[in-house]
Amino acid sequence: MSVTAPPEHLDAHGRAESPPERPPARARSRAARSPRRRRTLEVLLAYGLLLPSLLVFAVFVFYPLVRQIYLSFFLTPPFPGEPKHYAGLSQIQQVLTSHDFLNSLWVTVLFVLYTVPAGLVLGLLLAVLAHQQLRGIRFFRTVFSSTVATSVAVASVIFFTLLNPQIGLFSYWFGRTGQLSVLDDPRLALLAVSVVTVWQNLGLAFIVMSAGLQAVPDDLLEASRVDGAGPWTRLRHVILPMLSPTLFFAIVVGSILSLEAFGQIDILTSGGPLQHTNVLVYAIYDQVFNQNNQGRAAVMTVALFLITLVFTLIQIRLLERRVTYER
Amino acid sequence: MGRVALTRVTKRFGEVTAVSDITLEVEDQEFLVLLGPSGCGKSTVLRLIAGLESPTDGSIEIGDRVVNGVEPKERDVAMVFQSYALYPQMTARRNIEFPLKNQRTPKLERARRVEEVAETLELTEVLDRRPAQMSGGQRQRVALARAIVRRPEAFLMDEPLSNLDAKLRTQTRTELIELQRRLATTVVYVTHDQVEGMTMGHRVAVMENGVIQQVGAPTEIYDHPANLFVAGFIGNPPMNVLTGLPTSEDGRLAIETPGGGIPLTAPQQDAVRRSGATQVAVGVRPEHIRLDEDGPLRASVAVIEALGYENHVVCRLEDGQQVIVRLRAEVAAPREGDKVHLGAEPRRLHLFDATTGARIGT
Repeated sequence: MSVTAPPEHLDAHGRAESPPERPPARARSRAARSPRRRRTLEVLLAYGLLLPSLLVFAVFVFYPLVRQIYLSFFLTPPFPGEPKHYAGLSQIQQVLTSHDFLNSLWVTVLFVLYTVPAGLVLGLLLAVLAHQQLRGIRFFRTVFSSTVATSVAVASVIFFTLLNPQIGLFSYWFGRTGQLSVLDDPRLALLAVSVVTVWQNLGLAFIVMSAGLQAVPDDLLEASRVDGAGPWTRLRHVILPMLSPTLFFAIVVGSILSLEAFGQIDILTSGGPLQHTNVLVYAIYDQVFNQNNQGRAAVMTVALFLITLVFTLIQIRLLERRVTYER
Repeated sequence: MGRVALTRVTKRFGEVTAVSDITLEVEDQEFLVLLGPSGCGKSTVLRLIAGLESPTDGSIEIGDRVVNGVEPKERDVAMVFQSYALYPQMTARRNIEFPLKNQRTPKLERARRVEEVAETLELTEVLDRRPAQMSGGQRQRVALARAIVRRPEAFLMDEPLSNLDAKLRTQTRTELIELQRRLATTVVYVTHDQVEGMTMGHRVAVMENGVIQQVGAPTEIYDHPANLFVAGFIGNPPMNVLTGLPTSEDGRLAIETPGGGIPLTAPQQDAVRRSGATQVAVGVRPEHIRLDEDGPLRASVAVIEALGYENHVVCRLEDGQQVIVRLRAEVAAPREGDKVHLGAEPRRLHLFDATTGARIGT
């Protein structure tokens, strides 16, 4: 648009924006007389504004949730169209005590333990490094956060190649060329998948931690320097306490991400070898799409939902007390 | 020895020169105030002494050693920040104790010194509270306690009173002065508040644009400002300044201002002649102007500001320039709109070269 062009749209806009009309005097006085009526209107307005997101949630979250709970009470046929049979609690009990489910649960717990703390520590480390005022640090900030722009699939394929027993660089470095692939080794497969996951989530962890570090007030850091604190004391007594809301956020989000992990397992190991990477989400997928057993899958889904819920509630109860400091 | 000395110190941030070629010596047990408007570089000077910034040029000494390149914690100075910079997750006790812990002071000794300082500053009651549970005044005292407990060579204070309300500020000001005299320790105190500058310091260093304009006792700075900036910055209401051309009549020099010609004493005439100033700024403090039938300046009274103990008579010269006259409450004030004549004893006049701002004569 040329600079000299008359601001026609502004004029039109300005004219269109006539001052809001005041409600008729009678309506105003009625509203003033009846606070209950005004409150009702306010509630209606609130629900009206919430409606679009409620609809989306209803279709994609609430209905599937209810449907899964419902399905978990039924034995479902392996072929579509055949009738399902009500099984009550028996299927739930059977699934929850099955070796497969308990194995998946254990694998999932291990997977969270492998990925969350490591991701947190590495993210914090990179953030602290990138927080230094050094020449060329912007370049490294970009590099450190770059995995955010990679998808799980891309990350998995990269590592699949690196770990390839014939041509993989990692296999070469670790002297495993020509041997059994790490991804096929029951002792190492879950670790390998965890490494991929940590790497892929590192960008996010780095960005979150960097944002947290930016929020630590400079004068606190300077005061601690004058007060004689070395780098370690400063990290332990000044930075970490101020960072605790961020750490809390990262732990919760990281845990949920790990509980929900699917793509890397599907691409790298398909739950194997010998179920050693068969995390809950992959097991659910396997039940639905390979075993055609929707009922069993529903039980496991509800179980995963409850585990995530309880896990998050515990984290909130444990950590929230310690995380906020009013200055 | 709590002496602090800066020699030809310059600090540049990229293109910006925050502190320019400053030389300043703070004696042991002296209370020195760095006074200036915001952005004048006074906080940078403090941070240079603390070691939070390193000088681009020049040397800094604390005690008897040069501390350029020495880490803040090795400098044995304590700093009180404007925001107090208390660690929010620690109680007052742990905040105060923190520097001692870092020095690996034994536990018993630590507890004893914290109690001692807490008693001095009346903090015993709140020792187990966190900063969020304390009032602004208490937080300020905790910050002070954290500095005192170390018994450092020097205290550096960066506007420590500016977050307090007016009443508490006045009270704390007095307490700080008493504390400094009692502890007999060196203090470098940064403020933009001229009242703090005038009342607290043994000496005041007035800064502007990264340069120290004048260093001296408060009264010296008030009575003999070194230049127009200091003259205008110190004093409330500020000094009246009228600019005019030196004109000679029958061999006698006067300054021709819009309100009329201001006569000078013989020594003042000599000084103006020697200075070669083409434009002269004449400054007079409001308390030194008299309403005088024979005064050389014609003005009309615009507003009377009654403060109870005194009146500020705001006058306007013919060209609209403002002159403030300070009258004791018991002296009859003119009415608004009155035509008045203003005068002052010649020895009360401060003369400056209007171009350079430098003081002319004594």
